Parts: sequence; structure tokens; C-alpha cells
Amino acid sequence: MDAGADAVYCGFNDETNARNFPGLNFTPEQLAQAAVYARAANAKTFVAINTFPRAGDQQLWQRAVDTAVRIGADALILADVGLLHYAASTYPNQRLHLSVQAAAASVDSIRYFVDAFRIRRVVLPRVLSVAEIAAISAEAACETEVFVFGGLCVMEEGRCSLSSYATGRSPNMHGVCSPASHVAYHEEDGTLVSRLGNFTINRFAAGKAAAYPTLCKGRFRAAQTEGYLFEEPVSLDAVELLPALRQSGVSALKIEGRQRSRAYVETVVRYFKEALALLDAAEPMPAGGLVTLTEGQSATTGAYRRGWR
Amino acid sequence: MKLTLGPVLFNWPAAIWRDFYFRMADEAPVDTVVVGEIVCSKRAPFVAPEMPAVIERLRNAGKEVLLGSLILVTLERERRATAELAAIDGLGVEANDMSCLSGLNGRPHAIGPFLQVYNAATAFYFAGRGATRICLPPELPAASIATIALALPNVMTEVFAFGRVPLAISARCYHARLAGLSKDNCRFVCQEDADGLDVETLDGEPFLAINGVQTLSHGCTNLLGDLAELAAMGVGAVRLSPQSCDMVAVARAFRDVLDGRLEVGDGLETLARVVAPARFLNGFLHGRPGVEWIDPVRPPQPTAGAGDRGCGRPSAR
Repeated sequence: MDAGADAVYCGFNDETNARNFPGLNFTPEQLAQAAVYARAANAKTFVAINTFPRAGDQQLWQRAVDTAVRIGADALILADVGLLHYAASTYPNQRLHLSVQAAAASVDSIRYFVDAFRIRRVVLPRVLSVAEIAAISAEAACETEVFVFGGLCVMEEGRCSLSSYATGRSPNMHGVCSPASHVAYHEEDGTLVSRLGNFTINRFAAGKAAAYPTLCKGRFRAAQTEGYLFEEPVSLDAVELLPALRQSGVSALKIEGRQRSRAYVETVVRYFKEALALLDAAEPMPAGGLVTLTEGQSATTGAYRRGWR
Repeated sequence: MKLTLGPVLFNWPAAIWRDFYFRMADEAPVDTVVVGEIVCSKRAPFVAPEMPAVIERLRNAGKEVLLGSLILVTLERERRATAELAAIDGLGVEANDMSCLSGLNGRPHAIGPFLQVYNAATAFYFAGRGATRICLPPELPAASIATIALALPNVMTEVFAFGRVPLAISARCYHARLAGLSKDNCRFVCQEDADGLDVETLDGEPFLAINGVQTLSHGCTNLLGDLAELAAMGVGAVRLSPQSCDMVAVARAFRDVLDGRLEVGDGLETLARVVAPARFLNGFLHGRPGVEWIDPVRPPQPTAGAGDRGCGRPSAR
């Protein structure tokens, strides 16, 4: 907020949010204090309750909704249909956003959630080109929000079981992807081997920086070829596309900030605030200013450019 | 318990695709068959001309036919095709994306394994708006399946029980990427791999399979040894996902075990012969990493690290 964010999204420190890692997130009391701070700073508090409730334990997620409403969250970011139904029917005046985890990638999907649960904004999956985002923003009966910086999901969010396939822990059910608890590094003949679960995800020559072994950004073999079959260890950086994204009619730009240090978040938020000011002044966008904060010092615009597909 | 034949996920030549369904209609003891291209809309025009004959043959054989909808809908033509599918009269539809549910508008339908049904509240919501059957996401553990099936006795609950298990869908085509092609000009290189393209780790360990925009497990889901437990939970059907192996033999093994004509151990031996080289997995059901195989006949000894790497012979690739 101090760096200029208009809204901050956050979650409770349990499995109800999709960044369920040790040391992150908020107790209800901390979140209540944060919401007070935000109101004073004229910023919004969005609470992400965006994992899929475990069958039989839905009450944990419903209580998270109750708590978020009670502390005055400006919006709840939800993905599960049952939980959306609970929130929309229990708190008809509460503003609801559709999490990227709901995998709503077309106007028709979005329409279902708008009609059924009165969602006011959808966070779009990272599978769409800017032209497609513009078409959706023009036709959808709610606001759109897109990721502009941070991790790059290569697969459609919310419909990926790669992590639970290798580790038993998944984004949808546990709020984690390729969790550190299942990561190991070891030396082997002078190379550093990174593993997830029982699988080698990558090897690095001595002296090379070792990327975190996120499953979809590993190096594998297929058809006598060795390489990054899905995606390289890169981050998303869409700053150069801000002019096009503004034209496309998106309402909000999302910077992935959870699971990141304060210094990282502050730097990225300031950078994008400055970029938006440049945009207002019809100045060119900055380039490469955040490269040290990207994974493997390399960035991509991902699916926003059609050729990525 | 009923048997469902899921849609062919791979890019099979249209004639092979047609003949596969003709044979399944004539010989396979399955109750329901889901047809249609659900992975990549670029493939749909190839099988479309064969579709009416396939549906007729299956229905004449007494099978219930459902039309599967595309998993990831982004392009205008994909939106149109999904809307047209949802509007079809006289044939059941299995929705794999919320855009399809939008078009169905409450008419009776099936929910496919690519919609996110993780709990009874969500299943109940869908059931109240026309869902009569729900194939649950493959990553669900037994406890969740049991809870959902118990809470919805009037909905046919189905579980993914055989075949390479779908793990992810993307806008990017990995077959095209590997071949150095763009998706728009992909030359349909995925057609070379009838069961998807094997992906190994740098150690040469079998790991995943690529099927265009879809990623699947390398090993083959096999819940043959879990059928009694699934039936006791109230699961109404299990899904067999087509592979290039003899699917009639697979369906017969499942039917015979369900009907008590075949012991689980003998059934597993049959499947190991049919699928060869067999590398089975059932970890998701047991709340373990999906890649694992908990042998139902000879459960692993509780030593550290045992049973962590699947089972059976390594891939020949």
C-alpha cells in the first residue's frame, strides 16, 4: 500500500488460500488490522479463499468467508462453486471476485458465475492473448483482472494436478504447488541435481544458478530431445504490454506478491505505478527494470502474445 | 456398478477412431460411451464426419451415448462449437467446462472430470441445476469420493479408473513446441503418438506424457483392485479412458471383476498383459502422490521409500 497499490490481496494462514506456505498469510486478527490500515490508506483489502474445500470439511472454508466478511474485506476472491453459492446467498451484498483458480477463460464461463453468484470481477487465466482479453472485457458483464508480473503458470490454473501427481500436494486441495517440503538438491559428479518428490526436475553445471524445481519448468526428455518441454524457468513480465492491456479494457493489473519478500513487492509495485504514470503521459514503457527480480533473470509475456502457444 | 468408456483423448486417425468405436459397440461390456474431441479443437473436423455413424452404432448396441465438451474454450469457434453442443436435443452432453454449463441452462446433463467438483456442496449445486451424473476429478482421494457419493444418492457418481490420467491443460501445444512449430501451424504432429508422447526425467525415468495441449501421467491408472471399495462408497460407475491397447479386454476384465467372475489378482495379470509395458498407478485414490502404485494384492511393506516409484516394467521407449 505504501508503494502505491490500489488493493492488496491476501489470505488466512491455513489451507483455505492458494499460497499455504509456512510463515505467510494472516491470522484473522492480523487481517482485521491490515484492513484498518488499508482503509486509512484508501486502499482495498481482497481476501483470497481460493482453494477447493475438502469434502466433509467445507465448514473451515465457510468460516473463512464469515471471518473475511466480518473484518470488512472489500472483496472475497473465490473459486469453488459450492463456496461461491454459500457466500452469495449468505452475504448478498458482499462483493465477490472470481479467482483465477476457477479457470474461467471465456465469456460464457464468466457469464455462468455472474448470473449465478453476481461476481463483480474475474481474474483471467494465463492462457489468453491480449486480443482475447480485450474481447472478453468488452463482452463480459463484470470487470476483468490480469496478471502482469510474477510467477507464470504454464498450465491453466485450477485444472492442474501435476504437483499432486508427483508430491501428493496440490494447488486446488492444499494451496501449494511443487512445495518446498518435497524439494531436494544434491551434488552428483559436479552437477547440482534438483528433485521434486522422487523425480529429477533439472541438473545444473557447477557455478550455474539453480532454478527452483517447479514441475512445469523442469528439463525433461522426449523423442530423443532434452530440454524445457513445457516452459523455461522464467517469470511473467507484461510491462511492455501495458498500453495494449489498458486499451483492452481490463480493470485491474495483478502483481503476484504473496510468497515474496517485502523488498520485492515494494520494488515491483513502484515500478508498475511509475509505468502507469508514463502511460498516462503517453511515454514509452520502461524495459528490463525488473530483470533481477525474475526467475533465472529471464522474463516472458507468456500467452499474452499468441506465438507463445 | 456401471462402466463408462471415456472419450478418446489422443489424436487418432479418423478411420481408426471410427473402427475403435464400432468394435467397442459390438464387443465391449460398457454401459455409457462419451464421444467427441475434448482436448484440441483443431482435431475436431477430422472425426466429425464419422460421428453420426459412431453414435448410431453405439446406440443400436444399447449403449448410452454422451457428447463430451471441449476442456479449454478460448477461441470464437470453440465458443460456438460448445454452444451448439449444449443445444443439441436428444443426446446427452458431458460438460467439461463452465462455458458448456452456461449453454445447457439447467437441462439434464453429465459433469465431466475437468470441472472442479471437490466437495458435496459443489456437487449438490450442480445436481440442483440439471447434473444427473458427475465424473469426479482424478486427483480426489477416496475419503472425498465417499463423502460426495454418500451426500448425493440420486446422482451417478463416477471415478476415473483406467488409462493415462489427465493432469493439466494449457493454451500451449507441447507437441508443436517440441517439433519447433507454432500451434497455428502444428502439422498435427500429435497424430504420431497414439497414447501421447512419453516424457522422461533426465535420469531416463518414465514420468509424463504429452498430448498436444494436454499433459498426462506416463503410467496407466488402474483401479481394478479398488472396485469393491468404490462400490461400497456408493460410486455408480467407473471410467475407462481409451488407450491404443485392447480396450475390449480391459472392459471385460473390469466387468468380470465387478461381477465376481474374475479374481482381482487374475484381472491385474490380464491388464498387465494387455497394457504391456504396464506401469500402473492408483496413488490419487489412496491419498498419495498420483504416480504411486499401491498393489492391491501385495500391499507394499512399510519400509521407507518403498512403493514411491510406481511399479511394473519400465517403458520400452
